[in-house]
Amino acid sequence: MLVSAATRAIARREWGAYFNSPVAYVFIIIFLLLSGFFTFAVAGFYESNQAEFSRSFFLWHPWLYLVLIPAVGMRLWAEERRSHTIELLFTLPVTPAQAIAGKFLAAWAFLIVALVLTFPVVLTAVYLGEPDLGVAFTGYLGSIFLAGSYLGVAMFTSALTKNQVISFIVAVVLGLLLILSGFPPVTDLLSGFCPMWLVDTIAAFSFMSHYETLQRGILDIRDLIYFASMIGFMLFCTLVVLHHKAAD
Amino acid sequence: MITVKNLVKDFGARRAVDDVSFEVNIGEVLGFLGPNGAGKSTTMRMITGFIHPTSGTCTVKGNDVTKEPVAARTHIGYLPENAPAYGDMTVWEFLQFMARMRGYSGDEVTIKADEAMERCFITSVKDQTIETLSKGYRQRTCFAQAILHDPPVLILDEPTDGLDPNQKQVVRNMITEMAQEKVIIFSTHVLEEVDAVCNRAIIISNGKIVADAAPNSLRRQSRLYNAVEITVTATPDNARAAFNSIPDVRDVEVEQASGDQVRCRILPKDQQSIATQVLDKARSQEWIVTHVEAHAGRLDDVFRDLTMTEDVARAARKEA
Repeated sequence: MLVSAATRAIARREWGAYFNSPVAYVFIIIFLLLSGFFTFAVAGFYESNQAEFSRSFFLWHPWLYLVLIPAVGMRLWAEERRSHTIELLFTLPVTPAQAIAGKFLAAWAFLIVALVLTFPVVLTAVYLGEPDLGVAFTGYLGSIFLAGSYLGVAMFTSALTKNQVISFIVAVVLGLLLILSGFPPVTDLLSGFCPMWLVDTIAAFSFMSHYETLQRGILDIRDLIYFASMIGFMLFCTLVVLHHKAAD
Repeated sequence: MITVKNLVKDFGARRAVDDVSFEVNIGEVLGFLGPNGAGKSTTMRMITGFIHPTSGTCTVKGNDVTKEPVAARTHIGYLPENAPAYGDMTVWEFLQFMARMRGYSGDEVTIKADEAMERCFITSVKDQTIETLSKGYRQRTCFAQAILHDPPVLILDEPTDGLDPNQKQVVRNMITEMAQEKVIIFSTHVLEEVDAVCNRAIIISNGKIVADAAPNSLRRQSRLYNAVEITVTATPDNARAAFNSIPDVRDVEVEQASGDQVRCRILPKDQQSIATQVLDKARSQEWIVTHVEAHAGRLDDVFRDLTMTEDVARAARKEA
């Protein structure tokens, strides 16, 4: 069995928690509205007269996720702390790693569901033209991993505090740093006074540089490894935080 | 079953639990007493493995809670202070979740959840979300999750806090019912509860154990144990002189004098029984006895003696 029974039970509970509250519906509706708005109104999907996704649809995901995913992740641990249920959870025969995995998988699965619901964009393109479906595939793959990475950051900040607002803000700021470190205007600015190797190193940590290749339809295993290790690292940080301060 | 050895917990510069050691075995219902902030909850949280001790060890059924936390926790049912539970779930969903977390699967999940609800009398609120429950039902829901897997060890942090007298009785009955085949540790600051449910009490003050005994023998430590309260027709001076002449009497306190009656509290030497001697003395003086009562000793007094002195000492230290 790949995941333990405890992990599955926790994932199931978290999944239920999203759909028991308005969070899930509000998130899905806003995500779909905004991605539709940016794709069709801002990027001019129709006007461009090209059946392609990378410049119109996937382009916006890092920015949408920047705000929306911290909102999904902020409650994961902060709420457990605030309502003291963390004391129940961590006195059950479950390791913190299993609990983290359960929560992460549930929240990630939820984000993937929201992302899959954007399928009409693909259908529209297929109906109107002959899009490169390979780009759609790598784009979705990149977007899923990007979402996971943001979620890892949000989970980490959620573990730090019992205040969801603080968790949200810190997650947005960290996410912004991870975007901006590879954002051309910022790298240009940095290269003015930093050696090139440093600029490249900083940019290599950015979501942007790795997401862009996938967004353009290039499936590079290194990018997937980057995102997987980003998720792994953030979950590890969460584990360290919970290990040291579960009680307060 | 539970062995706690030299347990210490520091929160920053403050020592919350200071070298606590005890052992509890099957059939023992251990009442954990102490003023607020004495370290009761902290000790319980260390036994359940929720917080790590600064030093010292706890083992539950041979499993060290720090080294083998998952194994140790399978033996424990825990009701944390204030009965936390997932407010967005219904009682039924919550207990099913807890059953899954306890390793049950398939039909067992619903069977265990049903059983726990029945035992805690919460079947009637099965489909209510926990956030809509009153304190008493919420407490019992959390109690239900603690006993769901029939654990050999139950740790209950103020299980009757905030309940009305009827609900308190229900919880006490449940504890008594399970006492035979389990180890039960529960904390409270209601002393009557200790009398009603426990066969052993530990008083903890300032993080230290200041008493560890059966409630009866604790009561014997009371200053008032075997003291006699008597009201007789006499003047205070006569009464004091007469009762003081009994060899086994340590002290006579005149509590109240009104009209021709006086009410005294007579304290024995070495806590021996002096009731007959006191009555004989009154009779020989030809006083009329309108009231007489021998003290069984009060846990309150023992509790106050053991925990107050330290508080006062601390206050004095602060002033110095």
